[in-house]
Amino acid sequence: MTTQASVLANLAEVRAMIRRHKRNDFIFSIIGLLALMVGLLTLLILFVDLVSDGYQRFNLEFLSNYPSRRAGNAGLLSAWVGSLLVMLVTFFSAVPMGVAAGVYLEEYAPKNWFSDLIEINVTNLAGVPSIVYGLLALSLFVYGLGLGESILTAGLTLGLLILPIVIVATRESIRGIPVAIREAAYAVGATKWQVVFHHVLHYSSGGILTGIIIGMARALGETAPIITIGALTFIAFLPPSPITEAAPFINFEWLSSGFTVLPIQMFNWLSRPDHAFHINAAATGALIIVVTLLMNGTAIWLRYRIRKNIKW
Amino acid sequence: MTTQVLQKPIDLPISPRLAKNVRRHVLERVIEFILMLAALSAVATTIAIVVILLYESLSFFEHVSIIDFLTDTQWTPLFEDAHYGILPLVSGTLTTSAIALGVAIPLGTIGAIYLSEFASHRTREIVKPILELLVGVPTVVFGYFALLFVTPLLQMIFPELPGFNMLGPGIVMGIMIIPYISSVAEDAMRAVPMSMREGSYAMGATRFQTAVRVVTPAAISGIIAAYILGISRAVGETMVVALAAGQQPNLTFNPMESAATITAYIVQVAMGDLPHGSIGYQSIFAAGLVLMLMTLVFNILGHITRKKFRETY
Repeated sequence: MTTQASVLANLAEVRAMIRRHKRNDFIFSIIGLLALMVGLLTLLILFVDLVSDGYQRFNLEFLSNYPSRRAGNAGLLSAWVGSLLVMLVTFFSAVPMGVAAGVYLEEYAPKNWFSDLIEINVTNLAGVPSIVYGLLALSLFVYGLGLGESILTAGLTLGLLILPIVIVATRESIRGIPVAIREAAYAVGATKWQVVFHHVLHYSSGGILTGIIIGMARALGETAPIITIGALTFIAFLPPSPITEAAPFINFEWLSSGFTVLPIQMFNWLSRPDHAFHINAAATGALIIVVTLLMNGTAIWLRYRIRKNIKW
Repeated sequence: MTTQVLQKPIDLPISPRLAKNVRRHVLERVIEFILMLAALSAVATTIAIVVILLYESLSFFEHVSIIDFLTDTQWTPLFEDAHYGILPLVSGTLTTSAIALGVAIPLGTIGAIYLSEFASHRTREIVKPILELLVGVPTVVFGYFALLFVTPLLQMIFPELPGFNMLGPGIVMGIMIIPYISSVAEDAMRAVPMSMREGSYAMGATRFQTAVRVVTPAAISGIIAAYILGISRAVGETMVVALAAGQQPNLTFNPMESAATITAYIVQVAMGDLPHGSIGYQSIFAAGLVLMLMTLVFNILGHITRKKFRETY
């Protein structure tokens, strides 16, 4: 009788323990989700805050006016044109270099200490604070090579900054391509370069594109290195147009022009005590955030599509 | 007669088909060489960073003794009465980073455990892209948030908090870093073999017990790597602190005060357009060198701890 009672009591205890543990599991999963939601919540509040502060400046004049001493008249024209031109340079410097480096490391590099060295380097570069790239560019591009505080300098700096992103994305997407594809190409007499260019790069282009978009979004929002190379914050002119009416129709003078970019314009307005400029900063911030979120969103969606569609 | 026969093949022109092969071979080599140069650009960048920081800092240390640099408690290179003590900038950097990590390490770790051990496949597919979006938000926008949203909010709780302080930007930086820590830590946890979890479940352990006592210790080396990444980001972060933590070097570890960080100082000088070669110009490279050394020290410490705790299966 007594043993039966104690067994029953024990059973009840065990059941209570299981219940307690299950409850703990549930509580923890809620806490975990909340911990991750902190980020999302911040992003939401941030966006709502920017829009509610800056909505009065959401009009076309804001995009077509030059900066001004009067906050109500100030606009983003020189900043978004500057951003666009800087990104152009960044694209043409980082993408060929990054893809070529990625292809070399994945397809050509022999397995030895030298390749390891390059690999460690790429990993480490991704961890270097962005402002250090600014210092590098200030000493090397601005003064060392005499490029000055120009669009070319800014574009190359950001190009170096996003190079590791492009390299890593290229490598990862090349790695996903089965050897059989390469072997098939070799079997019909293709050279190594033909295999790489016609097949490997072709099939991995989606993944590489994802990396490029993420890198360009990063370059668009990056502020510290551009400030360090001495970008001007008050620019009331546009760089010479890249396209001319007369032959040869392309003009490279804009490369050496002074410039400002969106995040710097925002930083400048934000660091003024006058609250009217803070409204401009909020509107600029909303614009930057929408563009970068769209770019990153596209990249993530693209990667999702690729992963879903390709079954080797 | 015989010599003629022997010589004949040598005199023959190479057949067009083979000639094409030779050309192809040369072209292949050239391409490989060009690709290698591109890959070497990564090494060149690293070398350039190190050389430039050292070179410009050396000219700085011709004017300033290293002892002063490391022991003086004031940093006023742009004043008449110039002092070159890096300590106030280091204290600002360490304080803001410590606050950021105080936010990011607990939340990031809990998030990683949740994602790796608790979340369903569906939840993970939704949450991870959102975290990635968060990583893509430009830091200058977070600076706005710290200056004009978080600080006023904190001022409601602590009325004596100044407009520039280290607490607000520290917290915002922490939120910024959560996705970095949680995604790297999650990768490390998911790499733990399933059999270890199954062993734990077979003993009657719950999910939570398995996650905390089996998976986390097994993945600790990767989790520490995630923390190191977080520290590097916090120490090198520029715009949030430059906007919201103030520009005044201040030797303090009190988060309620305003203080410039190393990165904020570099931004401040760069905005001021100092002449090339002046001591102020050189000082930002010395500051940059200290920044790099700090990240290096944290990385080495992390490497040592990882080695100590590394588990192999």
